[in-house]
Amino acid sequence: MPEENEDQRESSRPFWSGTISFGLVSIPVNLFPANRGSQVSLRMLGPNGKPLARKYYSEKTGRDLDAEDIIRGFEISKDRFVEISDEELERLEPERSRDISLQSFVDAQSIPRIYFEHGYFLLPSGSSRAYHLLAETMERTGKAGIATFVMRGKAYLVAITADNGILRAETMRFHDEVRSPQDVGLPRKQNPAPAKVKSLESYITQHSRAKLPLTAMRDKDSANLLKLVKRKQKTRKNIVSAGGGKKHKAEVIDILDVLRKSLKESA
Amino acid sequence: MAARAIWKGSLGLGRTKLPVKLYSAVEGRGLHFHLLEKKTHKRVKQHMVDASTGDEVPREEIRKGYEIEPDTFVLVEEDELEKLEPEPATDIEITGFLPEGRIGEQYFDVPYYLGPDGDAKSYFALAEALGNKRREGFARWVMRKKDYIGALCARDGYLMLITLRFAEEVLTARQLGPPPGKAPDAREVKMAQQLVSVLEGEFRAEDYTDEYEEKVLKYIKAKAKGRKPKLAVLPKRRPEPKSLMAALSASLKSVSKKEKEKAVA
Repeated sequence: MPEENEDQRESSRPFWSGTISFGLVSIPVNLFPANRGSQVSLRMLGPNGKPLARKYYSEKTGRDLDAEDIIRGFEISKDRFVEISDEELERLEPERSRDISLQSFVDAQSIPRIYFEHGYFLLPSGSSRAYHLLAETMERTGKAGIATFVMRGKAYLVAITADNGILRAETMRFHDEVRSPQDVGLPRKQNPAPAKVKSLESYITQHSRAKLPLTAMRDKDSANLLKLVKRKQKTRKNIVSAGGGKKHKAEVIDILDVLRKSLKESA
Repeated sequence: MAARAIWKGSLGLGRTKLPVKLYSAVEGRGLHFHLLEKKTHKRVKQHMVDASTGDEVPREEIRKGYEIEPDTFVLVEEDELEKLEPEPATDIEITGFLPEGRIGEQYFDVPYYLGPDGDAKSYFALAEALGNKRREGFARWVMRKKDYIGALCARDGYLMLITLRFAEEVLTARQLGPPPGKAPDAREVKMAQQLVSVLEGEFRAEDYTDEYEEKVLKYIKAKAKGRKPKLAVLPKRRPEPKSLMAALSASLKSVSKKEKEKAVA
């Protein structure tokens, strides 16, 4: 059952456009994803090695549908839908659909990690003076600006921080989206033997380090897949070329290229 | 209602093994919209087509390939992919500990609770020890044919395992380079810092709730009854201030006034 496809992450257009406001200072920004899927992704191909595309089609006519033939609907009762457009969703919350208004500032380190969901970059669109000011201020104070805003039919809680002159927005789960140990049904706390706690504490101290090497965070599964590909490439068999056909639109977009381009254009 | 464990494993700290159960810590929420065909209001279907001809390709004929140069692919077979799957295992290997907060928030993905699977005394001892030392463990394990990395942390006396994104999946500001433009004026930064300090507080997740979802649902229900509820007009994009200094000092004045009013009330 196709639901709304969240697979629009790797796109050259911003996910959201609007302003961040900080007191009476408004800063025009474009929001782009800062997470990407696995670096090594496989394409789906036809039997002759030609790249495939995912398409929506009508069950009634069997024909493929273009974006303008598709609407969004909410299932109000079985198989009965109410149509709703992006514009309606925005106009239900006009201010917060266009503006991320920073309401409070908290110690960036103090936010429990369980709340963090997705990472985004907020890149300047337009003059960058106010942008630089906010980024510099956030970096100096080590604070995160907290706000809620509306994007694509959902309200988000965000923490805005700065990193190397760039503003980031981390979306967070609302408190009622995170279960408590009681909700999960974990057993009641027991008092552990102090000696056991002490011995675990010394184990922890002995195996502590100050920093995590980035190599420990590498994706081994993807690296293994890439090795397999390289090995097969050397044999020169198993290689198909889809050349000759009509030029298809490249679907693999390097999000880094998109971000760098957007930064340059704001100059 | 107690949740069901989604997986069972065993925390490995050196020679010590601690059997645990994994529970989802996240409550699914949010409205679900469906994609519909405009003409019929029926759900749309999906299929795979040849990108250049538009012809449908049946599922059983689909092959997978890695693009080595534009439009040239190395074919990879299903049995080869199966061979690459990590060996099933139940060990959650804790390879070391770090001070809390050392792993950037952008790596944190999905949180799970760990519950004791037998030895509850050791479970609560580990939660207490981690909490006392303010450390988090770095974990690696295989679950459902996938390799995972994660952070083992203590929260309210219980253990949590939060999956982390792999380094390759997180883009950093460094990779983008600095934004264009000049460094801000020192006086402006000072005033902005003042403004931040006035608005400073502690993070309390309970303080943030949202009524947007209810608003959308109410609107949808009204529409279903054939009503046409009024909608607000979208505001124009706020203009950038002509003078940053003037905007900052006006902001400071307005927040300090609010603070005073609060103090009086």
